[in-house]
Amino acid sequence: MEISPDNIIIWQWGFIVLNATILYTWLVMAILVLGSWWVTRHLSVEPQMSPWQNGLEIIVNTINTQIRGAAQQDPSKFLPLVGTLFLFIALANILTIFPVYESPAGSLSTTAALALWVFVAVPWFGIRNSGLKGYLKHFIQPSPFMLPFQIISEISRTISLAVRLFGNVMSTSLLVAILLSIVPLFFPAVMRIFGVLVGVIQAYVFAILTLVYIASGMQAQKQTQQHQENG
Amino acid sequence: MVSIFTAGLCIGLGAIGPAIGEGLALANAMRALAQQPDKTNTITRTLFVGMALIESTAIYCFVVSMILIFANPFWNHFQQGGA
Repeated sequence: MEISPDNIIIWQWGFIVLNATILYTWLVMAILVLGSWWVTRHLSVEPQMSPWQNGLEIIVNTINTQIRGAAQQDPSKFLPLVGTLFLFIALANILTIFPVYESPAGSLSTTAALALWVFVAVPWFGIRNSGLKGYLKHFIQPSPFMLPFQIISEISRTISLAVRLFGNVMSTSLLVAILLSIVPLFFPAVMRIFGVLVGVIQAYVFAILTLVYIASGMQAQKQTQQHQENG
Repeated sequence: MVSIFTAGLCIGLGAIGPAIGEGLALANAMRALAQQPDKTNTITRTLFVGMALIESTAIYCFVVSMILIFANPFWNHFQQGGA
């Protein structure tokens, strides 16, 4: 039994190892890129549009609405990062309904990479919004004694993002593997469907938490400015 | 043997806290939904995010117990000590 798709080695040449995580990450990326390229090839503004374009517009519109609801800001600057994270994780988990496929989100390497992007994105958006000095100021906001706690919270939430996604996806695939050896016929299929549901919810949670962290990095600064202006 | 026992203890004790917390969160969200049905979207979204945050503690326990069972960091040490 494999705890992570990192250990499933498909092809090896010298020290270059192609494991299941990398292969299925490429598969998900290819589906997303080729799919969106194929759908956006003939865009039309008339009501007689292709159903694929309609579906894509529904997805983008829904993500936009969710971002606007959660961040209370213009969603266009968050959409590239948050939407991509959601689509990638959701598709990576939905594809588990096919046999052989293992979700790349069930490997700690993938989720750590995604969480590191969030770790970089929070200061990036914060600095772009309020400048380097303004962003760094929110670390010592209530008092300079809070500095270690702010730094610890930055690091710990990155780890918690990674471990949460990894734990949820890995637990489902492990559960299915264990159930297959106990009740092989019907129950693992039900758990697989349940795993897809959990995967989509976790994709949503990952995207929303990313958004909340970025927005809080920007909003803390805004409150400070208002406070200074008032006082 | 000890690691299996510890893994069971870890996930068992670690499930208690998040279970209570999620129950409280869900009960309060239900109450809020009954009082303000207009705010269903906001409440549900916040509930999902909060649930995921609470549940992550249980997931940590699960990951630790999985590490204890499948990838014990002291495995080589024990085998060398035994042999």
